[in-house]
Amino acid sequence: MLLNVACPPMDNNREAGRETAREAGREAFRKWVLIIVMHLVALLAWQAWITLGKVEPYIMPAPLDTFATLLEYDTYRWGHNTMITAASVFGGFWLAVIVGVTLAVLFSWSRILNDAFMPLIVSLNMIPKVALGPIFIVWFSYGLGPNILIAFSICFLPILITTTRGLADVEPELIDLVRTLRASRWQIFTKIQLPGALPFIFSGMKVAVVLAVAGAIVGEFIASEEGLGYLMMQVQVTLDTAGMFMAVLMITAVGVALYGIVLLLERLLVVRDARME
Amino acid sequence: MSTSEAFIQLDSVRKVYRSKREDFLAVSDVTFDVQAGELVAMVGPSGCGKTTVLKILAGLHSHEEGTVRIGSAADSFDAAKDIGMVFQQPLLLKWRRVIDNVLLPAEILGLNMGEARERAGHLLEMVGLSGFANSYPYELSGGMQQRAAIARALVHDPKLILMDEPFGALDALTREKMNLELLRIWGESGKTIVFVTHGIQEAVFLGSRVVVLTAGPARMADNFLVDLPHPRSLDIKTTEVFGDYTRRIYKLLGME
Repeated sequence: MLLNVACPPMDNNREAGRETAREAGREAFRKWVLIIVMHLVALLAWQAWITLGKVEPYIMPAPLDTFATLLEYDTYRWGHNTMITAASVFGGFWLAVIVGVTLAVLFSWSRILNDAFMPLIVSLNMIPKVALGPIFIVWFSYGLGPNILIAFSICFLPILITTTRGLADVEPELIDLVRTLRASRWQIFTKIQLPGALPFIFSGMKVAVVLAVAGAIVGEFIASEEGLGYLMMQVQVTLDTAGMFMAVLMITAVGVALYGIVLLLERLLVVRDARME
Repeated sequence: MSTSEAFIQLDSVRKVYRSKREDFLAVSDVTFDVQAGELVAMVGPSGCGKTTVLKILAGLHSHEEGTVRIGSAADSFDAAKDIGMVFQQPLLLKWRRVIDNVLLPAEILGLNMGEARERAGHLLEMVGLSGFANSYPYELSGGMQQRAAIARALVHDPKLILMDEPFGALDALTREKMNLELLRIWGESGKTIVFVTHGIQEAVFLGSRVVVLTAGPARMADNFLVDLPHPRSLDIKTTEVFGDYTRRIYKLLGME
């Protein structure tokens, strides 16, 4: 972890830094080994439980049976269905990021807009989005569009709220300091507010990833003819539990991939000290 | 003293904070001059309106009565470019490296960045941070962050530096060290500095002039030149003259 470089003698600084980096590398390696080992142990325990406990496969499939469904491409069309689900998740998520951040910026510029629309948005957010599914079918028919909208509607509020908070989170004295320099509102926004809000935006995005996945899958349950959620409804009829498990794993993988992208972006854009981890 | 026009003139300045319930008289009848190149320490108890006076000087607050004039015929003053501020908190942008934090005022003022960068490098050297230009604020101790804040206040070469209890959040030892540093920086840069503090010893040690304010509302209690030679070292704190000055302030603030 981060060491406190309080006041080291100047010339030792670089050497100490290299030592710290090496230590951090070892630490990261240990962490990753542990993560992989624990996942493998969980899989093994699962397999052992099913095999030794003689559990009926339609109640609980073994990991090997679950993975075996990957080979039956014609039945499940994993690639296609995963791409469709990923499209709803990613589409809904990034739409929420764009709309959430844009609205937050507008609200931070205009007190009137904020006071007028924020309560309305919060009320609208109380609508259970899942209940909108059948209505979306009437409006937009089946397909990707309504699923993206459901994913979007369920995950945009956390982004709006965290961004709004982030944009407001500026030390008043810092504003005093730049006001003596006659800084424009635009300068304050681009140099202080927006970069200062980034850690908040990312913490909202991390919450939103989970919600976007849930929203997209629910959408596919009710308003779709393809995608992993739709596939689950199909194979459920035949008590194909292994297929359903594999679909759940693929959905999880889509979520993990998006979460990974968000973490990577955060790593690139936000200084370590400012990250909200 | 020189007979030339003062760099700053505050005359009978009065400031009232108005709210629905009641008006609060924050500053009443504050009058003093600051000569160019002086380091004036404004001392008084917490909540006595020192910061308000500083903010009036910075142009951040208006005042009801009296006049505030900065700049003279000999020393022009541009309110947008000639103020550098340092607060109790360093207020560094944590996503910027130290050098880029120092450059913030230059960016806002639209100065030539090549020249500003060179100047920022020299300033970091002057405040003893030359090895940390590319560090992030979190890699610096509190005292080092405050040095960076001082460099930032100097980067656009302002004529007036306003400091609001800049060392108030530091531990006692670091504070002493920073006091010495500030005197050295003041000596090297030749800036006019108005320094707000509630530390009586700090005020006498730093100030070439001390302005004493009493609490609620801020009223001028005293205004005197500190006749201690520069450069000053910590030794002067044990001298009799130093003790006389601090006793004089304690007495004014009713602490004797």
